[in-house]
Amino acid sequence: MKDPIIRIRNVLFKRDEKVVLDDVSMNIGRGKIVAIMGPSGVGKTTILRLISGQLQPSKGSIEVDGKLVSSLSRRALYDCRKDIGVLLQNGALFTDLTVFENVATPLREHSDLIEKDIEERVMAKLESVGLAGTEELMPHSLSGGMARRVALARAVIMNPKIVLFDEPMTGLDPIAMSTVGRLIRETNDQLGLTSVIVTHNVVQMKRLVDYCFILAGEKLIAEGTPEELMQSDEPAVDQFMNGRVEGPISFKYQNAASSSATSPS
Amino acid sequence: MKIHWTQNSKLLAPIAETGHCGIFLARMLSGIRFERELLISTLQQTYLIGARSLVIIMICGFFVGMVLSLQSINALQQFGASDQVSLLVGKSLFRELGPVLTALLFAGRAGTSIAAEIGLMKATSQIEAMQLMAIDPVQRIALPRFLAGLISLPLLTAMFNAFAILGAVMFSIGVMGLDPGIFWSKLQTSIYFSKDFMGGVWKSVVFGGLVSLIAVYFGYYAKPTGEGVGTATTRTVVMSSVLVLIFDFIMTSFLI
Repeated sequence: MKDPIIRIRNVLFKRDEKVVLDDVSMNIGRGKIVAIMGPSGVGKTTILRLISGQLQPSKGSIEVDGKLVSSLSRRALYDCRKDIGVLLQNGALFTDLTVFENVATPLREHSDLIEKDIEERVMAKLESVGLAGTEELMPHSLSGGMARRVALARAVIMNPKIVLFDEPMTGLDPIAMSTVGRLIRETNDQLGLTSVIVTHNVVQMKRLVDYCFILAGEKLIAEGTPEELMQSDEPAVDQFMNGRVEGPISFKYQNAASSSATSPS
Repeated sequence: MKIHWTQNSKLLAPIAETGHCGIFLARMLSGIRFERELLISTLQQTYLIGARSLVIIMICGFFVGMVLSLQSINALQQFGASDQVSLLVGKSLFRELGPVLTALLFAGRAGTSIAAEIGLMKATSQIEAMQLMAIDPVQRIALPRFLAGLISLPLLTAMFNAFAILGAVMFSIGVMGLDPGIFWSKLQTSIYFSKDFMGGVWKSVVFGGLVSLIAVYFGYYAKPTGEGVGTATTRTVVMSSVLVLIFDFIMTSFLI
């Protein structure tokens, strides 16, 4: 891959002595929508947290747009995060702020824009996610899909280079799922972003992403375009992509350490 | 004898936690930037945790004043000195009961609300979202609440004292029929500004900082679960109450 924006090299990540990721390497290309897939608890969200610098690898390195996030100071890490938007699993909107204030927060914090310019940019972003007219609403009065779209508007308001999505479709009805999927594609292409999506929704992945990584049993087991992975005859990939019960990926609970060691994905 | 430093050591855990809390305070104060945003959010929090605690503080102050004068008159009558009631009520209120009882009430009313609010923000990933937006939640969430506690408690103590005196006046003069002139003149001549009044003010500033620091600290480090938030609020009340009483003794021994 030419000039990847995210390089993950030989990462080993342990939690409480339990290995979560072992010798995982990924190159994520600029401008692409990339999915990280795998069974629940395999460490997909852990990879997003390693990219955003919330977690540090036990071994290996993570480079984001030329910066080695695994060795940055707190201040440098916060500077680096200004180029990264994140949409968390539940949206994580600030419950004491209106929709407008939620979307405006990064601008107020990191830019010197005057109030009129902030208002223009926030309204334009809300319009682009189909939520014009909701600016005075509080987060508790939004549906799951609307909250996810507000969180998307907030994640891209600073025009970041990279947006990380943690299970953006979970808990949404099929229409809301397609709407959020379409918005991710439009936003990615219009703003020239790189989007990294953690998901286990194979159907959405086939429709939405350009490239995909599959994790299982602490390892990266496959990567490729959705079409390549669908046609793969590698048993673990075939089991995951087609949702088969029988196969090399174990469905059984293994031990307490392993269940506590993996982040919810 | 060998002491092994482990994270689970029951002996050393409180010391480690005190150190951790001190580092949290240093992190909070070292990043202070006196900007408009901080002023606005501190004022908002002062309203939420200070002004909204006023009613409970006034009611409790009023009845503490009444019961204090009832007990004092009852005791002083045996020596024929019931006209000294305002001296006894005033000294005990300004020096001890005002700051201590207000701090305990503040811990129950505002401390729990701060810990629960921050704990819930953590459980719903709002703190994480803030970190990911390159906003320091310690500065944005914890600091305004800490400063608001520092400002609110001395003011609430003043209100508590005022209503306690009012309660004492109503009981002593209105019910027991003491002479108002004697009551007020004894109060005026027996309460010293630097020793009694300012002593209480210093105590309330320290207690305000203590209670709000404990509340933001336990809220910030609460486990992101329902049980974790519950534990954080309980620990806030218990630790605040115990530490207020310990610090009260320490400060009194220096101020007396």
